[in-house]
Amino acid sequence: MALRFEILGRFNRARAARLTLPHFTCQTPLFMPVGTQGTIKGLTTDQLEEIGCQIILGNTYHLELRPGSRLIDDLGGLHKFMNWKRALLTDSGGFQMVSLLHLADITEEGVTFQSPVDGKPMLLTPEESIHIQNNIGADIIMALDDVVKTTITGPRIEEAMYRTLRWIDRCIAAHKKPDVQNLFGIVQGGLDPVLRDICVRGLVERNLPGYAIGGLSGGEDKESFWRVVAQCTAVLPENKPRYVMGVGYPLDIVVCSALGADMYDCVYPTRTARFGTALVPEGVLKLKQNAMATDERPIDPTCSCMVCKKYTRAYLHCLVTKDAMGSQLLSYHNLSFMMRLSRDLHTSIIEGQFPEFVRGFLRAQFPKGDVPKWVCNAMEVAGIDISECCASTKCMVPGVEPPLYVPVQANGAVPN
Amino acid sequence: MRFAVIKVCGGGSKARAGALHVGGTCIETPALLLSTRKGLPAFVSCDLLASLPIPDSLLLHVCPTHFMEGPPSKTISNIGGLHGMVGLPNHILVAAAGDSIESLPSSDATNKFGASFETPSGRRLVKPTDYMELISCMKPNLWASLADEIPAWSTEKRNKISVDRTLRWLDACLALDTASGTNTLGVVVGGSSIKQRRLCATEVSKRNVTGFWIGGFGLGESTEERCGLLNAVTDCLPSDKPRLVSRLGLPEEVLEGVAAGVDLFDSTYIYQLTMGGFALVFPVDTIEREMQNGVFKDSSGDSTKINLRATIYRKDTSRLVDSCSCFTCQNHTRAYLNHLLNVHEMLAQILLEIHNTHHYLRFFRSIREAIKDGEFDIFRQQFIESRRAHIATAVL
Repeated sequence: MALRFEILGRFNRARAARLTLPHFTCQTPLFMPVGTQGTIKGLTTDQLEEIGCQIILGNTYHLELRPGSRLIDDLGGLHKFMNWKRALLTDSGGFQMVSLLHLADITEEGVTFQSPVDGKPMLLTPEESIHIQNNIGADIIMALDDVVKTTITGPRIEEAMYRTLRWIDRCIAAHKKPDVQNLFGIVQGGLDPVLRDICVRGLVERNLPGYAIGGLSGGEDKESFWRVVAQCTAVLPENKPRYVMGVGYPLDIVVCSALGADMYDCVYPTRTARFGTALVPEGVLKLKQNAMATDERPIDPTCSCMVCKKYTRAYLHCLVTKDAMGSQLLSYHNLSFMMRLSRDLHTSIIEGQFPEFVRGFLRAQFPKGDVPKWVCNAMEVAGIDISECCASTKCMVPGVEPPLYVPVQANGAVPN
Repeated sequence: MRFAVIKVCGGGSKARAGALHVGGTCIETPALLLSTRKGLPAFVSCDLLASLPIPDSLLLHVCPTHFMEGPPSKTISNIGGLHGMVGLPNHILVAAAGDSIESLPSSDATNKFGASFETPSGRRLVKPTDYMELISCMKPNLWASLADEIPAWSTEKRNKISVDRTLRWLDACLALDTASGTNTLGVVVGGSSIKQRRLCATEVSKRNVTGFWIGGFGLGESTEERCGLLNAVTDCLPSDKPRLVSRLGLPEEVLEGVAAGVDLFDSTYIYQLTMGGFALVFPVDTIEREMQNGVFKDSSGDSTKINLRATIYRKDTSRLVDSCSCFTCQNHTRAYLNHLLNVHEMLAQILLEIHNTHHYLRFFRSIREAIKDGEFDIFRQQFIESRRAHIATAVL
């Protein structure tokens, strides 16, 4: 084990902690930006530090493809290669294969796929995945799991869950650097609470440094999503970090934190920036809208990032989706937003202000009080009273027809 | 704006070192204007720009016609003009109607009413009134008048028309100028005709302008022709006002311009290098050059620049240039840049633009040192020879 996890504050299930990793000491809850190919798109390592990023992700699949994990190892590891002094996490490569490649087929041996370079059949085994991640040298590495979409039903989910457990042993056996790299197991089991439970217990038996909740953020309904997270966080060990993979939207992060999760990753903030969408407390701000062309306000008056201090929506409107600078500036702001969210979650828990923070967050996103029912249900389980944020005693039920005309708010933000 | 010639390099050379006082800053000349897209460098955001040499990197070339699709003039005024809009309050912004990357003069479509440009939002006709509306809401530190720039192969008749229009539009712009020409650079055209060049230069000199923007070069003329034409122009311009030449951006072109008495250069060399994946590595001063003499290691690129896409850099953990103090060289390796270029990541262009800008600004610094030491001609000669030496070695 190469990490220390100390809980510094709590509110019911939510925790604020200090996560000490070989390269950096982090504060959780935290969001991890995704730097797929050894870089966060359009931002330098200096800027990432300035923004407050603590851990960034590298994608094993992409890095093995180019420049190759052996080259990275020869040059001293990914930290040195990209000159990132803080923490790194690599995924197993499995998800990318399944989602990106033709004819990815999963057998007991591993994931077989067509090489994107020459079409040859290739195989990624748990051993190979760990070997590659050992070469890359991240502080946290992920086990190769048999991941299935949550929208699938049937015996495949059970098969995947048991296989994940068998593969974790192979991953542990193959792991050559447990003293400097932390291998996290990934809980699978689809939306089936029984399968999830079996998987959690199986992984916990292996006494891993940390645990991820996988297989979510793939199109499942929100009600199922939070219930799986709640179930897992209830049973996973208190004293180890919990990482919900592929999350995501600020609202999801707040809910999952309330339920007891600590770490998150998603391409959403940076990807949506490249499409001209900024993250704001009210939700999102689509800078390409015509109304933005003459809007002299910053993206978010409450944000203290470089972009909000210097630039107006009007100027950004003419840059986004047209000039590289537009992508850069918006990515800078969106990541600043996510880092601020992470800091606010951590600080509010420590200072005993977590429920107030959650209420403030929901009020900003749902000024009309139309908080989605799934959020209300989740907060009930989390023991956080958000009744004053909700317009009626019953929160909004999904399935109610939304109004045909959605008015843009006075500040230009589109309600969630 | 105040300009003073500090030293003229003797021995018949017209090269001069000067000091340009604009917006509370003193810029030493000869100097480089960094090219921009909508007011900002293509890839270097303002926080990264701040790490480049100051005050050298404060001088930017901005193109008002990049903003044809907005924001509207009123909005631009409200948010603090150009400086406020692009978040660079302390920079020296020099505006000109066209550039060589995004707003290219479209001389066929230009007519008596205005100059036509191929802009990011299509072909636009810009009249003096339109242009001055942009200038008055943007309030750049300096601005060039609207001109009719034509390719070098234009007919004599077309050339004459271009000179007439350019002068007429200069007067029209000055008439609309609230600062009465104190920030204006009068544009000199004249194509490939020495006579027209002299005529235009003389006429522009008569106007109440604060400096001169020598246009119409870099549009198809041969290097041999250019020398004569450029000198014909500078000979007709008063020596106490700054001269800027547009589109002469390569190192040899800059040296030629300096030798002809030019003080400022707007160049897209850095942008083109960056887009091509090249990093400048040529030695920037005499000491460095002596060290590198006879040692031409790289087989890809030449002794001026290296092509970071080449596979020989895959595992090269050295810096782009050992003696360079730019952010890229202090933090990253050739191997990392090679990887970024291979996977088409934006960070590659950001890092390259930072280094190339830093390096080229150092080049300009050495030019200034050489002039002040009275050694510009030697400097120029040595530079050209060292560039050609590698070709000779390669041929052997």
